[in-house]
Amino acid sequence: MREARFSRKQLALPYALFLLLFVILPLLVVVKYAFTDAEGQISFYNFIRFFQSSKTIGTLIYSLVVAVLTTLGCLLLAYPVAFILAKGAYVGRHTFLMLFVLPMWINFTLRITALKEILTLLEGNLALHPFLNTVICMIYDFLPFMILPLYNSLSKLDNSLLEAAADLGARKRQILLRVVLPLSVPGIISGITMVFLPSMTNYVVLDMVYNSTYIIGSLIGSYFSSYDWHNGSVVSIILLLIICAITWISNRFTGSEQERKAGVSL
Amino acid sequence: MEWQVKREIKSLRHLLLGIFGVCGCAAVLAGCGQKDEDTIVLRVSNWEEYIDQGEWEEDEAIELENGTVIFGENSLVEDFEEWFFETYGKKVVVEYSTFGTNEELYNQLTMGDSYDLVCPSEYMIMKMIEEGMVVPYSSEFFDGENENNYYINSVSPYIKDVFDHLAIGDKILSDYAAGYMWGTLGIVYNPEYITEEEAAHWRLLLNPDISKRITVKDSVRDAYFAGNSIYNEEFISREEFVNSADYAQRMAEILNATDEKIVNAVEDVLSNIKDNVYSFETDSGKADLVTGKVLANQQWSGDAVYTMDQAEEEGVYLNYSAPEEATNLWFDGWVMLKVGIDGDKDRQMAAEAFVNYLSIPENAVRNMYYIGYTSVIAGNSGDAVRQYIDWCYGAEDGEEEVAEYDVTYFFEGADAQTNEEYVIITPEEQVRRQLFAQYPTLDVVKRSVVMAHFDKEGNERINRMWTNVRCFDIKKWWERLSGSVGGKR
Repeated sequence: MREARFSRKQLALPYALFLLLFVILPLLVVVKYAFTDAEGQISFYNFIRFFQSSKTIGTLIYSLVVAVLTTLGCLLLAYPVAFILAKGAYVGRHTFLMLFVLPMWINFTLRITALKEILTLLEGNLALHPFLNTVICMIYDFLPFMILPLYNSLSKLDNSLLEAAADLGARKRQILLRVVLPLSVPGIISGITMVFLPSMTNYVVLDMVYNSTYIIGSLIGSYFSSYDWHNGSVVSIILLLIICAITWISNRFTGSEQERKAGVSL
Repeated sequence: MEWQVKREIKSLRHLLLGIFGVCGCAAVLAGCGQKDEDTIVLRVSNWEEYIDQGEWEEDEAIELENGTVIFGENSLVEDFEEWFFETYGKKVVVEYSTFGTNEELYNQLTMGDSYDLVCPSEYMIMKMIEEGMVVPYSSEFFDGENENNYYINSVSPYIKDVFDHLAIGDKILSDYAAGYMWGTLGIVYNPEYITEEEAAHWRLLLNPDISKRITVKDSVRDAYFAGNSIYNEEFISREEFVNSADYAQRMAEILNATDEKIVNAVEDVLSNIKDNVYSFETDSGKADLVTGKVLANQQWSGDAVYTMDQAEEEGVYLNYSAPEEATNLWFDGWVMLKVGIDGDKDRQMAAEAFVNYLSIPENAVRNMYYIGYTSVIAGNSGDAVRQYIDWCYGAEDGEEEVAEYDVTYFFEGADAQTNEEYVIITPEEQVRRQLFAQYPTLDVVKRSVVMAHFDKEGNERINRMWTNVRCFDIKKWWERLSGSVGGKR
């Protein structure tokens, strides 16, 4: 048995190496660049400048707003779909799920290109509503990432709980709000993390719908392409901190949820 | 269970051994295939799709008036290897690779990639000269007596003059760089909606009549040039200024200025442009112009030719304008890298021969036909380039609306008297179309400015300016919001 454990460690080695080479080392490089200036001296100047400039702050807020709206849009669209898919009593449920997940298999630039033409047809000129188009395309792009985790957590939901609630006299709305919704919080959280973070940085969508305003991802890209490693790293670190904060908060949410569940089962 | 794991590990080990074995064999085989010592390996890096790659269709052969037939059967790189062996009796192998932007190339070089010969744009050439990354061409290369020295014997005297007058510190650009392609920066527009007069000024980019129907290049330098020209329009258009003795020099100073005051002023201009344009684009502009989504488009002359050709196939006729205030004269040129050449005389000779081979007028024509840009090679009157212009743009017999189009300056220098041989009789529309984009007129090149490489502070300033332009302007948004709310009250 001891030998088997040893070899399991061995098996984990490739991934550990991968992690070290492609995640931890680059991260250290980013940290180093973020906290030094062109002369290699330790400096916080770039951080200070980021928060002093109304333009970069403006773009941070802009990306947050885009991300919040995208996430909300995805959630509102995906929840009913996931619920019907998971709990609806009809044949061919899996086929329907496939139909919703299928778009994920098509390259997203292709999908956005198609949507772009539809939007042009509706609006006449895409450039008149750059913000709206951005949010629409982002929602379109990320919707499957919201549906899947929601579907997963809703389909695991025990039907007998719903029946029990109904037997005890809860109306449909009450069942939905008091039973289904709280129990699907883990799914909602993982859906949010899968949509919110990428939509802050997916600047390809903005380029494609001719939105010439930078979001935080484009800002990082523009710094790096003008070989400004320091400022690019600063923005990356700030983004990383935001990501950490959101993950931490969502972990607390799911954590407390599980505790509560554990309490129920006791 | 334990046994199973062991067995799996064992088979994994076998698999790994197998993989390593195959790789090892392949490496040995590749080693065997390597060339003997005498072969010169020349590592060249050029822009993507920036050289004739051959395989022309048979009906694409260019038959010139003097009977020469130009045809690209093999790629120019392969043809060079053959030519080099025939001419110098030595074998050369070209390792040809490509890059997408000047910055990408520069980054590759600073990361340790090593080439012998590369083809960046003017400002990057200047930066590389300044940083001591390139070696000068040998004196043999400039020896006009040697007939294999096609570059020095065929380069346009106008272009040579431009190169001679570009100094980087105490170094002269023409010692370090041999030109390849050149052109202007201008506006492609749809004449059904935009008049020639409107398109003759950079302020078209701010014109509310075509709001959201015009695009600008997503590039700091190109946008900055346009913004700077708009800001300085009144001053640099004034007659006393245009006629002043040091006009060219002062133009270069004004349009290359990067001090705080001018950068801030241009930032305001570009912010307004951002609100007016369809988008800042890198590649989509050409197609959008053809489909009619946009009516005008800031563009480099070589791309302009391509766009006009494409549009024509769809039945859309577009024009090109090089704005009256100023245009940016750009060029790409071959420079030899210190790290690559590394004092190796043979390799330097091969690199110089490569440039010379591309400068054979027939080869310049092949490139021009294939990529649509304009070569710096002029040759002389009997040569392929002059004939090629006629082949492309000469008026047919009996054509009614024709114009005389003078390109003497390109073949004989900017100060030369008009030479009838270099006056092209062309359909009248070509004065505003492909011919004009490919070979601008003398007055356009007179008001053209080479945009130099900015110093570190200047570079930082315009990059920050560009970030400011592109970021979300929350103050402007708030003012507009409160303004519209106030207006409703």
